[in-house]
Amino acid sequence: MAAPKPDRIVARLLRLPPFLWLGAFFLLPFLVTLKISLSEPATAIPPYLPILDWQGGLDGWSSFLEALNFTNYLTLARDDLYQAAVIGSLSYAGTATLVLALIGTPIAYALARAPERCQPLLVALVVVPFWTSFLIRIYAWIAILKQEGLLNLALLKLGVISQPLEILNTDAAVMIGLVYAYLPFMVLPLYAVMNRLDPSLREAAADLGASPTRVFWTVTLPLSLPGIAAGAGLCFIPMVGEFVIPDLLGGSETLMLGRVLWSEFFSNRDWPLAAAVAVVLLVIVIGPVMLFRDSLRAGGEGA
Amino acid sequence: MNGVTRTALWLGLGFLYAPILVLVAYSFNASALVTVWGGFSARWYTALFSDAPLIAAAWVSLRVAVLASLIATILGTLAALAMERHGRFRGRTLFTGLVYGPMVMPEVMIGLSLLLTFIGIGLDRGVATIVISHATFCTGFVAVVVSARLRGLDRSLEEAAADLGAGPLRVLGTVTLPLLAPAIVAGALLAFTLSLDDLVIASFVSGPGATTLPMRLYSQVRLGVNPEINAASTLLVGLVSVAVLAASILTAKRGG
Amino acid sequence: MAAPSLRIRGLVKRFGTHVAVDGVDLDLAPGEFFCLLGPSGCGKSTLLRMIAGFESPSDGVIEVGGADITALPPHRRPVNMMFQSYALFPHMSVAANIAYGLKGRPDVKDRVADLLRLVRLDGFGERRPETLSGGQRQRVALARALAREPGLLLLDEPLGALDRGLREETQGELRGLQRRLGTSFVVVTHDPEEAMMLGDRIGVMERGRLVQVARPVDLYRRPASRYVAGLLGDVNLIPGRLGPAGPDDTREIVTAHGALTAQAGDAIFAEGAEVVVAVRPESLILGQGSLTATVEDETFLGDRIRRVLRLPDGTLLRASGPPGASPERGTTTQVGFAPADAVILQA
Repeated sequence: MAAPKPDRIVARLLRLPPFLWLGAFFLLPFLVTLKISLSEPATAIPPYLPILDWQGGLDGWSSFLEALNFTNYLTLARDDLYQAAVIGSLSYAGTATLVLALIGTPIAYALARAPERCQPLLVALVVVPFWTSFLIRIYAWIAILKQEGLLNLALLKLGVISQPLEILNTDAAVMIGLVYAYLPFMVLPLYAVMNRLDPSLREAAADLGASPTRVFWTVTLPLSLPGIAAGAGLCFIPMVGEFVIPDLLGGSETLMLGRVLWSEFFSNRDWPLAAAVAVVLLVIVIGPVMLFRDSLRAGGEGA
Repeated sequence: MNGVTRTALWLGLGFLYAPILVLVAYSFNASALVTVWGGFSARWYTALFSDAPLIAAAWVSLRVAVLASLIATILGTLAALAMERHGRFRGRTLFTGLVYGPMVMPEVMIGLSLLLTFIGIGLDRGVATIVISHATFCTGFVAVVVSARLRGLDRSLEEAAADLGAGPLRVLGTVTLPLLAPAIVAGALLAFTLSLDDLVIASFVSGPGATTLPMRLYSQVRLGVNPEINAASTLLVGLVSVAVLAASILTAKRGG
Repeated sequence: MAAPSLRIRGLVKRFGTHVAVDGVDLDLAPGEFFCLLGPSGCGKSTLLRMIAGFESPSDGVIEVGGADITALPPHRRPVNMMFQSYALFPHMSVAANIAYGLKGRPDVKDRVADLLRLVRLDGFGERRPETLSGGQRQRVALARALAREPGLLLLDEPLGALDRGLREETQGELRGLQRRLGTSFVVVTHDPEEAMMLGDRIGVMERGRLVQVARPVDLYRRPASRYVAGLLGDVNLIPGRLGPAGPDDTREIVTAHGALTAQAGDAIFAEGAEVVVAVRPESLILGQGSLTATVEDETFLGDRIRRVLRLPDGTLLRASGPPGASPERGTTTQVGFAPADAVILQA
């Protein structure tokens, strides 16, 4: 069973650098955050009590365990603001994912059915915005959605409305921003799946008397569900922790966990509480990550 | 059906590009007001190039992105090789979790946890900490791209090299890595872009004197629409479009 | 006495609970052309990959030229392999591909030129593999594998990717090349016709075991089992019970159609054991013999005629013979065979 020796040495050498790096800068920070979320805030710099008394040895460990307290989590559980932020994050992300599936499916289908030689260009057109600064793309919507922005201007000119609509700094603006920013993440994996579908399946369905609409609903769509799942995973998970979009497009009442964490950290300087919010955020995200793990992997490769 | 889908495609592309086009148009607007077209002007571009803090921030971003993508490319490629070519080892689950974890971890969490750690180990915050943080969250993306290519690579090519007397390192250097080169470059570009684009993580781990371009833009954007940023955005968008189109033409030629 | 070029003892490969190669023993003489024949999944490729060093055996020993190589990594083995996909390095020229195994040797250039000439590809050195035809790629792969002058060359379905016409031409070339070089070849194939055309000897594999190793003619005429008999071509199987021994190493078999006489074969069965008599279609003689049959159908195939015969109890036999009018369809005829052309096999 054992592989020849030089191979195993090479394997170990390959593994070591990523292991050490990610251990130090991903696993360790995670544990540190967990620990700090369980400590009391202090009015000092850094504004929390020591992570661990390294010199303490075994005694250090026992005092470390004694020092753990769940005050921050109790605060989170009792305060309406944080409950609203959890619900807000989930409902914004969930609704936006649903909308994305609804508008992403026809776009991906159109891409997959476009003439073969146009497809690389069309796919590139969908990808370009993704490579463009996220911040700038969200910022662009401010000019469109604000009170004296382009949308209101156009609608007033067309006579659709008589008073400018208030869109910026509302839930609607956040939804538009989420859908806009994550559309490529829904379209690309879906397109990858649809593009791989054997065209003879559609032809067989048509040959058996199905109308184009019925072919879509009974053959193409069911077979594209893995793509929708991948897209949903790729969109939902980062959207839950989204900060820029609710911050720039949302109003003061737009409560999402990423934003709460940010303000807890930068404005209130309550680091332990911010750490607790981060842990809660992670717990919320872990479920969908596990659920979408396989389709995420497939989608990540398709894109 | 055909008409419907075509409409969907054009509406979708329109939705994707409308805001970007608006930015581009306004970047040439002589007036600073969105509602007023003050005639064609390049004044915001001139203003842009004399905005010293913005240019300084761009340099910081560029330096960070080059270093971070370099580290992430090396680490990600090594990780992909370890996972795909030497698949069975103890701690494999932990290893894959470490590599892919940062991709699904919320940015605010990565930023916060790295900051807490940097303070804990007494590392001064600045360009170095941003580079470390970006390299950490980009490694997984490089690993995904390289892994996909590795999985598509005919294993017998590496076996043929070994069969012809090449030891593991020569196989890696003369066969595996050259064949992976396109994926490694793609992964590096992805890491570079992600680093260049990151606001959240950099905001947490940055220190005095290390303001990245997104951080600078963000502080200005918060104050409202700013024509100078429109100009900066237009330059960025133009640059990226050219790069992506060139890349897609290149790959189309190779693929065909 | 020269050491055998390949000596395998008790080779086993287990993947989890699945036994891919199950106790294989094999000896190859220097300069021998050996074919490993069997359907996909029978373990022949795993066996080849163990000889090349890409799989490590769960048990057993592999020796090449008298030296134990079981524990050596692939790049230290005096064995080379031609891959089914050819595995030509797409980022290197044809010459660089062929020179890959010659690193550190003098006269690489001359050697590459010689090899290109050997496979009739002079002038193709600077081309990229993707610009070559399938047949040319196959020859580059062959030249590359021969570059290090291995004592033993392993070829995994070497002709599998070629068109039918090209395949027959290449079979002859491969055979000629091997004779000229005197290198031992081990070819893995699933095509019995190819194995018979190429191999000095053929080893038939079935579910991880090497069930028979013999010259093509012996394999065809004296198969050791129904499986081998069926693998190498059409065969009629008539069931019966073993009767007493007859003269000249023959045995009598009691069947539903009376007693038949056949060669005893290598397998030893007790009297009364259930057996089958295996007779090739071309060995059936029409117009004489102890069996009575009706001609059910006939197919004209140019150089021969195939007939389907029905015995009184409904058993169908297939006969193949030179074109001729009689017996015609619907007529009744006597059928028989020479005892030497029939083999007794386990039922």
